[in-house]
Amino acid sequence: MVPITHFLILSSLLFVVGAAGVLLSRNLIVMFMSIELMLNAANLLLIAFSRHLNLMDGHVIVFIILTVAAAEAAVGLAIIINLFRNKETINADRFSLFKR
Amino acid sequence: MVIDTVIFYIAALLAVFGAIMMITVKNPVAAVMYLILSLIAQAVLYVQLGALFVGALLIIVYAGAILVLFLFVIMLLNLRGEQFEGGHPRLSLATKYFLSALFFIEAVIIFREASLALRFNAPMTAASETFGGVTQVAELLFTKYLYPFELTSILLLVAVVGAVIMAKRDKGEDS
Repeated sequence: MVPITHFLILSSLLFVVGAAGVLLSRNLIVMFMSIELMLNAANLLLIAFSRHLNLMDGHVIVFIILTVAAAEAAVGLAIIINLFRNKETINADRFSLFKR
Repeated sequence: MVIDTVIFYIAALLAVFGAIMMITVKNPVAAVMYLILSLIAQAVLYVQLGALFVGALLIIVYAGAILVLFLFVIMLLNLRGEQFEGGHPRLSLATKYFLSALFFIEAVIIFREASLALRFNAPMTAASETFGGVTQVAELLFTKYLYPFELTSILLLVAVVGAVIMAKRDKGEDS
């Protein structure tokens, strides 16, 4: 069996790639997908620990996180559609509504 | 147990490769495809960790439903030709790379300390036959975690109402 440390490193790598995607990308949809990737990195960690401790509670938490991700995708994509409707672009740098 | 390690490394490489390609590729449709590749590789890891039900759920719900929703929106907005240049970035590119590297170093330090403290390097014990099956997950879901489970239904209801209200056109701007 692969030691759990490997899963910890893989999960942190995926999380960092997701965080870098949010920072580096200008496309709102790619930023949004990076957030989903970060959620999935946390899910992988939960599954690995639930296997390591022989407890199934982690699986239930992952199930609930999947639900949250679905809800987040629905609301987030509605926001993106609205933004596109107003500005005809989804380049994140073009939105500066809160900047004085 | 060599085959286990080989499967782990192939799936891990595919997951990280898909993730990196997702944030670097220009075409949003290709980005969604790379995310699906990464998710399928992660589902392989879930199955390797004994989480059969959640692994199947990841493919069906995530790759099958959520990412298809992303594809719908990308095709609806017709983003393929859009260039993501120009605008006024708040942070310089160097700052962004520096922050990403800092994240990774932080994560490695945290996990190193944790693995030293808890001796995670010991190989995992064999799981029982029924670990991660549908019955076991459902049993926990409907007994110990009944209230969180019911609360997720309220969350979904709120999300549906919010999405409908936000995506709806105002009456005045019909044309």
